[in-house]
Amino acid sequence: MNWLLVVAGALVGAPARYAADRWITARRRGAFPWGTLSVNVLACLVLGLVTGAALAGAASSHVVALLGTGLCGALSTYSTLSYETLRLAETGAGRLALGNALLSMAAGLGAGCAGVAVATGVWG
Amino acid sequence: MTDMKRRDPAPEPVDPDVGADVPASGLWDGQGPVFAVVAAGGALGAVARYGAAVLWPTAGGQFPWTTFLVNVVGCALIGVLMAVVAELRPHTHRLVRPFLGTGVLGGFTTFSTYAMDVRALFVAERYAVAGACLFGTMAAAVLTVWGSASLARYALRERFAAVAEAEGAR
Repeated sequence: MNWLLVVAGALVGAPARYAADRWITARRRGAFPWGTLSVNVLACLVLGLVTGAALAGAASSHVVALLGTGLCGALSTYSTLSYETLRLAETGAGRLALGNALLSMAAGLGAGCAGVAVATGVWG
Repeated sequence: MTDMKRRDPAPEPVDPDVGADVPASGLWDGQGPVFAVVAAGGALGAVARYGAAVLWPTAGGQFPWTTFLVNVVGCALIGVLMAVVAELRPHTHRLVRPFLGTGVLGGFTTFSTYAMDVRALFVAERYAVAGACLFGTMAAAVLTVWGSASLARYALRERFAAVAEAEGAR
């Protein structure tokens, strides 16, 4: 059952990441990869909400498999993040590369903590 | 940082998912097949990640080795994929990179689980492990993609030159 829920979540999460990245990339200026950063932070926020709901007993393991492992797992990516960081460094934008790594860590962690806090406030 | 302008070692875009050129208008023209293969690849990648988590579960308070290794393996593979796609261009089918890179590897690796693992370790007051996970994963990911892309480009370098020459001659 959980396997199918992971598949269902990922069938939505991966194309959603592609669509958001494409939409944001068409609008941004400069080389900074705002698209990937945005979807990663959004996925952390949603996973925080799901985790907080699960900790409060308001979300079952099925919800965690569908929205957490499947949707958020496929919406977020580490391979694209690391590759973009490498390419920024290789094309002479070393500061943007460092900024991308640090901002991803700080914003992702912050969004995850905020999601848990909100979910705990609602369902806790 | 040096003042010397470094030569870009490879003809690869910064964003491996959407590529170098995104049109300002007609953003979704002809994107149906791309969405389909990204979804299918993402499902395959996510199932592989879930399978790894089921096979090798990590106890709370411990360094999350499974997520760490999943992410590092995904970073190693995207470096090789992008080098191969750049080398074989324009001979690769246009759906190869979206399926394998955006889909399979994007669905396999995860940033959200990593962030929540770090948060859980902080909350459990395992500060050293949390810091090792936070910074160690990022360092390992970037070093791995650098190493794999460099090795793959080196192995394919003569082919790169041949393709560039053929394109220049056209």
